[in-house]
Amino acid sequence: MTDQNETPETRVSLKQLYKIFGDDPETAMEHVRNGLSKADLLDQHNHVLGLNDINIDIPDGKMTVIMGLSGSGKSTLIRHLNLLIRPTDGEIEVDGENILNYSEAQLRTLRQQKMSMVFQKFGLLPHRTVLENAGMPLAVRGFSKSEWAEQARKWLNRVGLDGQENQHPNQLSGGMQQRVGLARALTSNAPIMLMDEAFSALDPLIRTDMQNLLLELQEELQKTVVFITHDLDEALKLADKLVILKDGFIVQQGEPQRILLEPADAYVEEFITDINRARVLRVRSVMRTGADPKSSSGRVEAIGADDTLESALAKAKGDTSVCFKVERGGKVVGQLDMTDLVRALVPSAPPEDGNTARKVA
Amino acid sequence: MATYDTLFQALGLKDWCDSSASSAPMSMSDLVSKSSGDGAEQQTSLWNTPFPSLDTLNDACPAMPQSRAVTKGLEEGFLNIKDSLKVVLDPATQPLSWMLDGALYAMLSTPWWLVIPAILMIVWAVSRSAGLVAFVAVSFGGLAFIDQYDYAIQTLSIILVCAFLCVLIGVPIGILMSRSNGLRRAIIPVLDMLQTLPPFVYLIPLIFLFSVTESKLFGIAIILYAIVPVVRLTDLGIRLVDKDVIEAADAFGMSRHQKLFGVQIPLALPNIMAGVNQTIMMSLAMVVIASLVSAPGLGVLVLRGIRNLELGVGLVAGLGIVLLAVILDRVTKAALARINTTHQH
Repeated sequence: MTDQNETPETRVSLKQLYKIFGDDPETAMEHVRNGLSKADLLDQHNHVLGLNDINIDIPDGKMTVIMGLSGSGKSTLIRHLNLLIRPTDGEIEVDGENILNYSEAQLRTLRQQKMSMVFQKFGLLPHRTVLENAGMPLAVRGFSKSEWAEQARKWLNRVGLDGQENQHPNQLSGGMQQRVGLARALTSNAPIMLMDEAFSALDPLIRTDMQNLLLELQEELQKTVVFITHDLDEALKLADKLVILKDGFIVQQGEPQRILLEPADAYVEEFITDINRARVLRVRSVMRTGADPKSSSGRVEAIGADDTLESALAKAKGDTSVCFKVERGGKVVGQLDMTDLVRALVPSAPPEDGNTARKVA
Repeated sequence: MATYDTLFQALGLKDWCDSSASSAPMSMSDLVSKSSGDGAEQQTSLWNTPFPSLDTLNDACPAMPQSRAVTKGLEEGFLNIKDSLKVVLDPATQPLSWMLDGALYAMLSTPWWLVIPAILMIVWAVSRSAGLVAFVAVSFGGLAFIDQYDYAIQTLSIILVCAFLCVLIGVPIGILMSRSNGLRRAIIPVLDMLQTLPPFVYLIPLIFLFSVTESKLFGIAIILYAIVPVVRLTDLGIRLVDKDVIEAADAFGMSRHQKLFGVQIPLALPNIMAGVNQTIMMSLAMVVIASLVSAPGLGVLVLRGIRNLELGVGLVAGLGIVLLAVILDRVTKAALARINTTHQH
């Protein structure tokens, strides 16, 4: 597509990752290599194929969202990144080093300094105060109390928890507890942040708040974020790169706009049918590049490349003959007329009676 | 002829039986049947066939050992290893004697007007409850008023020393159990045995091993009996710590040591304290029984009440024990409640 930014460096790379749960994963792995399916493996050998040939390059400084329904293996997958779960086969490279070869001490250093994590159930220490919880990553590394307290206070203020330092986690609401979890991850100052369904346990309104907070922080900090979710709206809102997982294998991965415009198969299509495409698709994804807006019949309106189609529709104010000139940083980069816009709003393969796609699921 | 003669004949063991006629002394029933003089053969019906026990088989074949050989063998075996066991156990347990004697001496030689306020201050420090302090004051005052003070203090110091040692030994064992399923499988049967063995049975081998004048004799009995709950509940408490919290600790790179002292033990503390409470209550139960082997304290009076049928003495001492039990229970429960509230903040 038209998103031709320089390709960012790969920070974490998963190569041919397999995870099999059961008594004898090695033998089961042989069967999988010989082409046994997940269902047959469960039937014949009573082993569960959790992850199946996962290859993902996680770009530096971007937000990679891994999406799937429950049971798709997404939480298992994220726990492989800091080896809370070890894979049955495959490689996990962080900054070019295969962390599977790490000693216990090296692995601890990796977890302390390179990766932080935010959990669905918060995982806060109930017997410690909010400040102590937020400062925990630095305290673990042996920093003095004055050092970690200063950092912890800074990040607690940043996530909007000033004045709550001496509370205990149980005295806070769920949303506030997750802010502590986020502050804790930020205090560790690790460049990679793993977020396991971090906002799934929160109310919708608070979830939106937290998403906006995360986007705001990401704008400023440019961390490498791996975000797990089962919610497509959340995934599309946050993702620079989207990976769709189903039954332990990757159905499709890439830029979210591209997935929306060119779904790989019926499963992805079915996923995206309920999406408000006007709100998610950006002008840059559907515009014609280069050409100057033809000064034909209608009005010409200026619009930003990263604006959504919804805002383009609002600008058109019902005028179907309007033509947009698409601008980025003051330069005209393309044009968009209403016909293209409306075409983009139609799902790529509309289900005939609205039921066929649903039956697949 | 005995019932199982034919069996040995069928097996072709008759010669072996006769060749080594046992020189074991006659059992009482043998003597009775002999003296009653009816050597006549009794035909036993199928209905009355005795179970082929060692004694019955011995009737048929003198070469078979009698049942009393089992108890006798156990006894002899124990007596044989006793001396070598003492070489190891005596020095290893000597500090226990010193601790018990020291505690008894210190508590009894300190005047009552220091001991009672000190106890009240400790109660206040752990429980922060004025009501409880008043209750303890009244109880000790009452006990002292009817001249039970010395006995009560003796019982109390034995319990405190033994419970302290139980915690000192039991908590690390519990921690190790929580870390290794193999060790847990090995230790649980031992704990089950310690818990179900009747309290009197603890005393039997100990009497053989140590002299009755040594305090460690009852010290060991009390510790063995009372250590079980604190071990079990430490193990359970650590295993019950929220998996999500442990995962978070792992994800931020905590070492095993940091995890144990920073997360697992603090979060298991309510359970561990429940174990300490149980341990203290069980040492109180045992300290009474241990008066049989010269443990001083209220138990001695109970024993006197039983032996001499001194109803009043026994009952008063019994009530004193109840008072001590209530005090210890309330104080440890109050401490436990305080831990729980700091956790639930």
